[in-house]
Amino acid sequence: MTSDLGARPAAPAAAPEESLKIVPARHPLTWIAALVVAVLVAMAGHALATNRAFDWPTFARYVFQKSVLEAVGLTLELTFFGVIAGFLLGTVLALMRISRNPLLRAVSWTYTWVFRSVPLILQLLFWYNLAILYNEISFGIPFGPSFVSFDTMSLIPPFLAAGLGLGLHQAAYAGEIVRAGFLSVDAGQREAAAALGIPTGRQFRRIVLPQAMRTIVPTAANEIIGMVKGTSVVYVMALPELFYQVQVIYTRSGRVIPLLLVATAWYLALTTVLSVIQFYVERYYARGALRTLAPTPLQRLRAGWRRA
Amino acid sequence: MTGFMVDVRGVHKSFGAHTVLDGVDLQVRAGEVTALLGPSGSGKSTLLRLINHLERADRGFISVGGELMGYRRSGTRLHELKEREILKQRTRIGFVFQNFNLFGHLTVLENVVEAPVSAQRRPRAEAEARARELLARVGLSDKTDEYPRRLSGGQQQRVAIARALALDPDVLLFDEPTSALDPELVGEVLEVIRDLARAGTTMVVVTHELGFAREVADTVVFLDEGRVVEQGPPAEVLDHPRHARTRAFVDKVL
Repeated sequence: MTSDLGARPAAPAAAPEESLKIVPARHPLTWIAALVVAVLVAMAGHALATNRAFDWPTFARYVFQKSVLEAVGLTLELTFFGVIAGFLLGTVLALMRISRNPLLRAVSWTYTWVFRSVPLILQLLFWYNLAILYNEISFGIPFGPSFVSFDTMSLIPPFLAAGLGLGLHQAAYAGEIVRAGFLSVDAGQREAAAALGIPTGRQFRRIVLPQAMRTIVPTAANEIIGMVKGTSVVYVMALPELFYQVQVIYTRSGRVIPLLLVATAWYLALTTVLSVIQFYVERYYARGALRTLAPTPLQRLRAGWRRA
Repeated sequence: MTGFMVDVRGVHKSFGAHTVLDGVDLQVRAGEVTALLGPSGSGKSTLLRLINHLERADRGFISVGGELMGYRRSGTRLHELKEREILKQRTRIGFVFQNFNLFGHLTVLENVVEAPVSAQRRPRAEAEARARELLARVGLSDKTDEYPRRLSGGQQQRVAIARALALDPDVLLFDEPTSALDPELVGEVLEVIRDLARAGTTMVVVTHELGFAREVADTVVFLDEGRVVEQGPPAEVLDHPRHARTRAFVDKVL
């Protein structure tokens, strides 16, 4: 046994520790892969820049055109409306789903089942044609007399039908996302809040929801970005959102590719903004959950500057 | 009503087919410290959770400070209280959990201030001043703006004690307050509890620290299989147990 100890390689006692130089491990395969990717990227960039079919001058002419900007505005409005309505209703669905009342649970489950099962485009067409189904909407006592009634056609214009359709569809998914968030919070948190006598609504808003947000935000951001693109389905209702608008322009001018690029650029821009917002929202809700927060890109830049 | 701060009468509780408490009586006088001892599964923690109505007893009644927990009595009828009223009753009872259960997204100060502000509607400035005072008392004046996860287990448990004290409760309940701690951190938490005992705080402590129970408790209650086997002053129950079951437990733990 003692001879084993003696056979160990001796520590480099000759050199003092500060003077030892660390040689980083080399990764030749990583370098080769990086080189291949760099060439591919250069080829793609070259193709985009030189192929005349992309027709960048036309792209430049249309990308900030008034009708396109208005269409981007409408896309944003629809997204906003759909997301807000979707997550508000989704939160209600999630609360119903974890409620004590079996009827509320069943209704929530059924809603989720129906609205997740039917394709969005089909749902939108239903809302669009609601006037055929019910030509009058009235408010009053259920099954009793009505106080006021509206003509469905005038009450539900296409924008509202689209926003409603997107929101109701989104709610089915949002409900599950919010529910997953609730489940991710340790039961001890609710229990501690209850033991302290904190009112029920406040337990939910102040204790559970902020901690659930850590689970909710990444998936919700996925859904919101999905919604930005999902609004393009609304073209079936002839609403001039981004996708519909570029189609209108290219059927008139015949320049298909550059106008598809216009739409592509805008969708990219919108999702980029959303991704940046997501980073900061996630960072906000991570406070307390991580020992040290990840630096923001700005902080990283400054740190790099100082080191250089 | 009875003169006891905590009065537990004939309490039964089962989870499914499993009986956890089988007719338990327990009386705690104001200013006294009661230690609940017993092997795991003996129902100690469940009894504690019944006292502040985190669990509901199947049979029997519990009153704290002369007020029946979870029910309102009118004549010969007992009306079940609404959640809101139960929450109000709980503000008179401090509860310290084994796993601290601090609110991770709130700072230490916010953890302590939350309940006085939201449950007792105290002005925030007043609640903050009181919170700082309590945090100083548990030796954490310098940690008010930290998040709980940046503290050691012992520090977290001391914050939890300050949080429970912030409601100025009539009684404090401790559910194995040192079981989740590294051995060298146990002392600092016990020191805080010892300090509270000296100040005359009414406490019920579920613990496995027999030495601590002997030193601090006025009464030791030994539970086994959902029944109180033996109770009395620590010198009696721990040093001269009458019941064979208690003797076996004390011998094994000490």
